[in-house]
Order: sequence, then structure tokens, then C-alpha cells
Amino acid sequence: MLEVRGLQVVINSDLQVVRKVDLSVPKGTIHGLIGESGCGKTMTGMAILGLLPKGAGLQAGTFTFEGTDLLSGAATLRGRRIALVSQDPAAALNPVLRVGRQMDDVLRTHSNVAKPARRAQAAALLAATGLPDPDRVLNAYPHQLSGGMQQRVVIAQALATGADFLIADEPTTALDVTVGAQVLALLRRLVAQRGLTILMITHDMDVVAEVCDRASVLYAGITVEEGPTEALLRAPRHPYTKALLAALPDARPKGQRLAALEGAIPPPRQIIQGCAFAPRCPMAMPVCATPPPRRTEGERFWLCHLEARDA
Amino acid sequence: MALARYLLRRLVLSVFVVLGVTMLVFTVAQVVPSDPAALYAGPRPTAALIAKARETLHLDAPLPERFLTFAHAMATADFGVSYKSRRAISQDLAVYLPATLELAIFSTGLALLIGIPSGVIAAARRGGLLDRLGGLSSIVAVAMPTFFLAMLLQGVFCQWLGLLPLSGRIGKEFSVIDPVPFVTGFMLIDTALAARFDAFRDAMAHLILPGLTLAAYPAGVAMRLTRSAMIEILERRHILAARALGLSEARILFGHALPNAVGPALTVIGLSFAYALTGAVLVEIVFAWPGLGRYVSEAILSKDFPVIAAAALVVTLCYVAMNLILDMVQALVDPRVALT
Ligand SMILES: Nc1ncnc2c1ncn2[C@@H]1O[C@H](COP(=O)(O)OP(=O)(O)OP(=O)(O)O)[C@@H](O)[C@H]1O
Ligand code: SF4
Ligand SMILES: [Mg+2]
Repeated sequence: MLEVRGLQVVINSDLQVVRKVDLSVPKGTIHGLIGESGCGKTMTGMAILGLLPKGAGLQAGTFTFEGTDLLSGAATLRGRRIALVSQDPAAALNPVLRVGRQMDDVLRTHSNVAKPARRAQAAALLAATGLPDPDRVLNAYPHQLSGGMQQRVVIAQALATGADFLIADEPTTALDVTVGAQVLALLRRLVAQRGLTILMITHDMDVVAEVCDRASVLYAGITVEEGPTEALLRAPRHPYTKALLAALPDARPKGQRLAALEGAIPPPRQIIQGCAFAPRCPMAMPVCATPPPRRTEGERFWLCHLEARDA
Repeated sequence: MALARYLLRRLVLSVFVVLGVTMLVFTVAQVVPSDPAALYAGPRPTAALIAKARETLHLDAPLPERFLTFAHAMATADFGVSYKSRRAISQDLAVYLPATLELAIFSTGLALLIGIPSGVIAAARRGGLLDRLGGLSSIVAVAMPTFFLAMLLQGVFCQWLGLLPLSGRIGKEFSVIDPVPFVTGFMLIDTALAARFDAFRDAMAHLILPGLTLAAYPAGVAMRLTRSAMIEILERRHILAARALGLSEARILFGHALPNAVGPALTVIGLSFAYALTGAVLVEIVFAWPGLGRYVSEAILSKDFPVIAAAALVVTLCYVAMNLILDMVQALVDPRVALT
């Protein structure tokens, strides 16, 4: 169980790249983190991993991972309990090292098993990610593999750390649609078989709909709505969630511009007083210039001045 | 397969380089205003002696024929005799070339051993104290004149501390009193072959100071090239991914980032090798190192053309061979090279 409360990340002390993110990810589930480009999804993941870029600092927020305070122990959990599967597998693998060597480096970091046994472990992990000929893959250089195979290697590396929590940052965007679907199915299977927990970062509602149990909607570095996927998709509460859903290809008549998502997210430099979404919100009211209240309903919450029945 | 094609292309290119240099050397000899016959005839030449010399040296044959004779001689390693000393050049080269090569290889190794790790550390501690210290040292190493560094090292390690020998390749006890047999001309190899470990240690001690002197400049360059390459590489996604996988900083730096930086290392090997091969005259003089640099500089001063030609060709061959090896290493370490 991962709990993030009021996460705030500031770069160079004036760029608010994450303003106020709340997340709770129960064990053994896939949690979606969705929002437009630049709204701080990757930064949130990096903050959880303790891998923020130079100049970026945690300004506020609490993290707990199964009772451990991540702020004190992130470095020890990174790559042990929590691992990263990132967007572009070709870039995530070292181009000049064979896959076997890269797998082995992870295994020897996290265990003191002898080398031949590690080789067998590596092959088993590759097989577990659905790679048909693990021995051939172990001897290959990354550029000799297809994108889908590379992403499976990256997932196998994440498993090799022994982590049970994966942060998957847009794991399918760099892949073909069919290959992407296979990778999603693989992640789903790993959750079922190995009891993994996954934070699935995406800007694609379809991905959320397909694999996520719960999801958080991020806007300008703020969690504006969170809840079970099914409820979120069927009855979105926050106007931004509604806009995202309206932008789905099958939700609007062909050829129509997505009027709902015109405009842009506020830049990280901007100081936000009221509701961050107000400039683009079709429902905006004068009161929206003040901070919106947190509303809850069952297992979900959202931040909006609108009452649930109006929303 | 791509690898084989790539190496073949390199090989063909090298053959052309060698041919080109042969032609160049021959042409230069034709335009240099000196009379080889007069030189060959000795210190007090008479007209008859000179005429005889012209005949022995085939100087009156047509130009193309003379080039072919020359190229054939070079190709069969028959470099002729020195105009000055009348000794067979190949015999001289057998002594001087290994001496220079041994020093060149040793100093190149030292340059890499010093330059690359310090470049890696400077990149890892970018902007920090170690980085600034390293930057300063690299400037000093590159800018300091070699003869001055040579004398400085001699002053400290020979005269002051008395740790290392002043000059030469090996002590008298191993060269005169109980000589180590000459096999390859490489002192370290010959002493090892003879199982003379005291002699081996002595030869090694003699290598250190001239090796360090020659290594300073390429080490400085190696450090700077490695540092800038590493800074770029450390920004790449796969390094972030390695961090996220929990790998230790040392393994990330040396095991994951550094193998991506073979380019600079290979550049430095080529540079250092060429530098030590012919640019080392002053170092060879200061350390009384019986190498090619000194041999050739004397030949140049006395316009001893066959020696110059032979040395130019041999140095070219060494350099071309070195570059072929470097290309091969590059292709092996970075499998994508052969594909471009
Ligand atoms: N190193 C950095 N220095 C300064 N600003 C940065 C840096 N990295 C990211 N940002 C800014 O932080 C904000 C959040 O970035 P982040 O990468 O978390 O967005 P994202 O939601 O993952 O977007 P995407 O869907 O494009 O991946 C963006 O405005 C981005 O421009
Ligand atoms: S608070 Fe106001 S502006 Fe913000 S989303 Fe709700 S209605 Fe729109
Ligand atoms: Mg991102």
C-alpha cells in the first residue's frame, strides 16, 4: 500500500511542477495516473522513486509505503521494493551492453547468488515476461530486439530487483498498438500471478479503462479526482475528468474538434490561487477563484466547487 | 557480416594510406636539394667516388624504375644501408623501433590509466572540488613542456628521492655484466622470456619516468575528453534507469556509462601513440632512451635519406596497424559502429 499526501515538487525554487498530489494505491492493484502532457505525472513517479532531477526538491508531502516513511528510506526502497518501467524501452537499455549483462547487474546487486544460477534466474524472468527464446535474448544487444521485446526486458529487469511495486511511466506509448496491448496484458498478468502493485502513468484514458482498478486524474500537478476506474468513467465528477472523457475518439462525432480541451495547463511558474482548471472550465463560477473544497463520495474524491448533484 | 565488411573497408583504406606515404617519401627525396651520391661517397669525395656511388645507388635509372625499385625494397623490408654509417638500416631499426614502441605502449597505457578514471570522477563530481582540481591538473599536464616535466621528474625521483634510475633502458648489470639475450627488443618481454625477474623489475623502473613524461599530455587530453563524454552520457535515460534499478554508483559510472565512452579513449590511444612514436625526441634525449626519435633526428640533420624513408614508412605502418586495431576494438565494444 502506497500513500502519498500533499506531494509538492519545486524546481529551482520557482517552478511548481507538482503542486499537490494525493495518491493511495492498495496492494495488488493497478492505479492509473492520468493527465495532459506536462501536468507532473513523471515528476510524481520520480519523487516516489527518489530520483528527482538536479535542482528539484520535495517541498512538502508525506509518503508511506507499507508503513515505511519513504522520505527517510526512499534510497533503500528504490530498486528493491519499487522499480521503474519507463516510456521508451530503447532508451532505457544500455546500447553497448548485452541484455544478459544488464540483467545480471541487477540480479547481483540484489542477491548473492552465484553467477550460473543468476543466468538461470535471468532466463526465467525473461520467460516470465513472455519472451520466447530467453537464451537468445540474453546474448543479444538491445538494438537487435524489437520494441515489444525491449519493453519485456525492461519489465524483467524490474522484476529482477525483487520489487513488488512498479512505476510504469507510459509503458506503451513508444510501441505499436497491438504490441502495447500485449505489454498491458503482461502487466495485468504479473499483478494477478505475482501480486505486484503498479502505478500506471498514462495520458490515454483507454489504458486506464483497460487495466486500471483505480485512477487519479492530475491537472497542473494537482490530483483533481481519484476513484475506482469504473465509477470514474461512468460518472466523472470533476469537469476536467469529463473533458478528458469527452476527448476520447469514440465519445465524440467524427471530425469534431475537442472543444472540451481547448487552452493549455497553467505553466509551472504560475501561482495558483483558486481552482487550477478555472480558465478552461465550462462550468466555472465566480467562487472558483477560491480554492475548491475536497468532496468525497464512497471510495472517491474530487476537488470542485460544484456539488455532486450538479456535477 | 556487417562487421567483416566494415573491417575489410578499413583494411583497403589502410593499404592506400601506406602506398600514398611510400610515394610521398620517394617524391620528397627527389626534390630535397642534396646529393645522395656525395653523401654515400664519404667525407672526402672525389669525382670518381661520386660517379661510382651514383652507379651503386642506381641514381641514373629512369624515375619510374627507381620508384619501383624503392617500393619493392620497402615492401621486402630491405631498407638498404645508411649513407652515413653504412650500416644496414633494418639492423638499426630492430634495436630502435622496439625501444620506441615499448615506451609508446607503456606511456599510452599510463595515459589511459590516469586520464580515464580521473575523467570519470570529474564528471561524476561535476562542479565539485575534485572536478576543479582535475581540470587544473589536466591543463598543467597538457601545457607543461615535455623536457621540463622530464627534468622535474628526474629531479624529484632520481636526485631527491633516489627511487628511480635517471636514464637508459636497463642497468649496466643486465646489459653489460650479465646481459639479457636480445630476442624481441622489448626489454620487458626479453627479460621475462629469460626469466630474469630482477632485470624485469629494473627495466620497468627505467620505463616509469620517460613513460610518465610522455603520458602527461595524452592523459590530460584523455581526462577532458572522458569528462565531457561522461557528462553527456550520464544524462541519458538508461543511466536513470540503472539508478532506478538500484545499481551502485560505481557500477553505473564504470560498468554502464564508461563503456559508452570508448570513443574518446580510442581517440586518445591513437593520439598518444603517434605522439610517442615520433614526437618523443626530446624525451628520448633527456632520458638517453635509444629510440627511433633520436635515430631519425640525426638522420634528418645529415640528410641520410634511406634512414628517413625507412623510418617514415615503419612509423606509418605502426600507426596504420594501430588504427586498424582501434577500429576493430571500437566495432567490438559498440556493436552499432559497424552498421553505420
Ligand atoms: N528537469 C526539469 N527542469 C525544469 N522543468 C522540468 C524538468 N523536467 C520537467 N519539467 C517540467 O515539469 C513539468 C511536469 O513534467 P512531467 O514530466 O512530470 O510531466 P508529465 O505529466 O509526465 O508529461 P508527459 O505526459 O509529457 O510525460 C512540465 O512543465 C515540465 O516542463
Ligand atoms: S472548481 Fe470551478 S472551475 Fe474548478 S473545476 Fe470546479 S467548476 Fe470548474
Ligand atoms: Mg511524463
